[in-house]
Amino acid sequence: MSELVMAADGRPLKASLNRALRRQKLRALALIAPLLIFILVSFVMPIADMLFRSVENEIVGDTLPRTTQALKTWDPSADQAPGEEVFDALYTDMALAVEYKSHTRLGSRLNYEKTGIASMFRKSGRRVSKFKTDVYKDTFVAADAAYSDAGQWERWMSDAEIRANLPVTTDAYDGWAKMLVEAEGDVPGEEQPWNFVYAALYQDAVAGAELPIAVDVSAIEPVSISAQFAAVDDSWLDPDVWRTIKTYAPKYTNGYFLNSVDLMKGAEGIEQRPDNEKIYVVLFVRTMIMSLSIMGMCVLLGYPIAWLLANLKDRTANLLMILVLLPFWTSLLVRTSAWKVLLQQQGVINDLLVWIGLVADDNRLQLINNQTGTIIAMTHILLPFMILPLYSVMKTIPPSYLRAAKSLGATNWTAFWRVYFPQSVPGIGAGCILVFILAIGYYITPELVGGTKGVFISNRIAYHISSSLNWGLAAALGTILLVIVMALYWAYDKIVGIDNVKLGG
Amino acid sequence: MTSADGAFVAFERVQKSYDGINLVVKDLNLSMPKGEFLTMLGPSGSGKTTCLMMLAGFETATHGDILLDGVSINNIPPHKRGIGMVFQNYALFPHMSVAENLSFPLEVRKIGKSEREEKVKRALDMVQMGSFAGRRPAQLSGGQQQRIALARALVFEPELVLMDEPLGALDKQLRETLQFEITNLAHELGITTVYVTHDQTEALTMSDRVAVFDDGRIQQLAPPDELYEKPENSFVAQFIGENNTLEGVVEQIKGNTCIVKLDSGDIIDAVPVNVSAVGDRTKVSIRPERVEFNRERLHDDAHTLKAEVLEFIYMGDIFRTRLRVAGTDEFIIKTRNAPDQQRLTPGDMIEIGWLAEDCRALDA
Repeated sequence: MSELVMAADGRPLKASLNRALRRQKLRALALIAPLLIFILVSFVMPIADMLFRSVENEIVGDTLPRTTQALKTWDPSADQAPGEEVFDALYTDMALAVEYKSHTRLGSRLNYEKTGIASMFRKSGRRVSKFKTDVYKDTFVAADAAYSDAGQWERWMSDAEIRANLPVTTDAYDGWAKMLVEAEGDVPGEEQPWNFVYAALYQDAVAGAELPIAVDVSAIEPVSISAQFAAVDDSWLDPDVWRTIKTYAPKYTNGYFLNSVDLMKGAEGIEQRPDNEKIYVVLFVRTMIMSLSIMGMCVLLGYPIAWLLANLKDRTANLLMILVLLPFWTSLLVRTSAWKVLLQQQGVINDLLVWIGLVADDNRLQLINNQTGTIIAMTHILLPFMILPLYSVMKTIPPSYLRAAKSLGATNWTAFWRVYFPQSVPGIGAGCILVFILAIGYYITPELVGGTKGVFISNRIAYHISSSLNWGLAAALGTILLVIVMALYWAYDKIVGIDNVKLGG
Repeated sequence: MTSADGAFVAFERVQKSYDGINLVVKDLNLSMPKGEFLTMLGPSGSGKTTCLMMLAGFETATHGDILLDGVSINNIPPHKRGIGMVFQNYALFPHMSVAENLSFPLEVRKIGKSEREEKVKRALDMVQMGSFAGRRPAQLSGGQQQRIALARALVFEPELVLMDEPLGALDKQLRETLQFEITNLAHELGITTVYVTHDQTEALTMSDRVAVFDDGRIQQLAPPDELYEKPENSFVAQFIGENNTLEGVVEQIKGNTCIVKLDSGDIIDAVPVNVSAVGDRTKVSIRPERVEFNRERLHDDAHTLKAEVLEFIYMGDIFRTRLRVAGTDEFIIKTRNAPDQQRLTPGDMIEIGWLAEDCRALDA
């Protein structure tokens, strides 16, 4: 339509209509607002936060800002630890981190990437305040007492020219002053700076900077900070450790994702993990295969039941429906534990098989703590999710279709396969999507009956959330799981068509 | 009616019960010659659909025999009976195109592809739906779906076709067109048709014979005109067309006529149909269009009744007038809208009468 249609009052009809609809829309929005807010706060935001954690890596740069800066010039392919200037920076960073108590957290974080770093950081943290660097402070104070005056330091450090002259000192002093206020609750103007500030001042002096009060530093025998770190733990001289720190220095990392697919960041880019550390790809594949088997079992077991339910008289069907729903009303833990009782080697099913004589007493079947156990228990638990959509779709298929097919000459089987089954496919689709997606993220049942061979990726995620506290890895695994589910959903939509999914009606 | 010799379809003493307590079909006997169009007409729950389903093979008779071409088909499963069927809601397979729907019965009969295509095309042309072969049933209107359902029931050339209220869901005009098409097609192809409906107009216009069902029995089996003009009992009289009923006692029977004394004391003439003796209670049935109030058109010796006009309804082609006669307020007369026709007005007192042969004394 090229011509604009006008309403009775002369305004464009479209605008008029929009105005009339706006009130309705606002009303509708107000009605869903509480739910919307609830979902945003309790569902969308936590998920977004979790997804963000899979790439977030600020802790290294935040805790060791000077070290990571100094490391930029270090060549990681070199087969030796970085030079003294990096250790000087580490000295300042570590001394501050200890006060913030963040060095252990950083240690645990880096420990995910290289075992042993956690203990290095813990030990170094305990000892860093006792490093023998008194010589710097003593020299400066001996040269002029003003260097021991807290007030004087504060004045110097608020002078822009001095600050420009002494970049390393300024940086160390600022860090120290900030720490003092935040972590100790003290006032910098009343405290004598700590040793690392004097060490920084010495570095500036050696570099030729103009000191506020000239001091001859040539007489000072420089203290090797690296040697002191090495004395705490000689791993500090291991270039591998430094490579790890440099690799994980950026704010964002793909390290968690690489880890999730059994890769790692090596010296020469991405490389395979050693075979004995590869667990996640196997686990993902196993999760997929087992979820598919559970889904298949649910279709095989659920289809006839749904058909029966849809074709019985309402009274009987309702009774059977209660039996189908009964598992929903029982605690998941109770049901899973019941399976433990049934399936274990001295359990009911094995006893029965032995009693019948199908299985020898000394050769009882291993039905639990493996994949069989997980598949059996989860098929039982997820079966209603298959039956319900199947039932509601079958309920809408009039029996006259089958009759029509038979009257046209089709045998019972042909009538079912050519006429009834194609019409029940939307129900199968809905049930399969539901069961598969639920199964792929299932946690409790595999945890309880899966043993070591029957656990899912979700169990690993839970482990990283609650035991190893490697939330970044957990988030990356979770993200991959989410992407797999969405990819499968997309594929299903492409192949079968999502409007072919019916939950009823 | 019990003899099935030479009949194409025959029900012999057929009974059907679902719960073992009540009989839905009680002692049904029926025989149809080849090529007949027979309609089963009756209110819902009268057993007509059950009969159809037994014939199709979806229900089994509790007792009795159903014969097709002289052979009992009681133990033949539906798909081997070779009976075409049109369902109430068409039952076109929604996941198949029109052509696939039509070719389905041919495929299950293992008919070759080229022959199949040719038959499908012919069947579609037969119902003037040749250009719709590629459509899905959901893309068709109700009338088009009905045509396809009909074509599908005919495509494998069955000799017997069953139709279960096939036009029930269509609007009036379309229904009338299709009634005409279905009867024409059935007669052209010479197929035997059993048609179930609760619409009496449909039954009267389409059928060679109509079987009126009630209470699990055939109340009357007759050609449409006989059914309308000579109902054999008061159920049929009431069920088919509009009907005035007056109750009374038989006063006198004289050969082909009798005299009935109504409960109001009035005397009328009637044909005794199923009254046998003087003193029997009877329901007298008279069609609204056979009532005459023009004294000149009545026999001189005919008994007449006094009537008061209560309501005059103008219906276009006819006038429908409601009268108070012999104690009832529901007595209807219909008159043609002709130029010389007198239009009655409420309050008029008139005298009505009829030919004795139009008034039938039926069971009470």
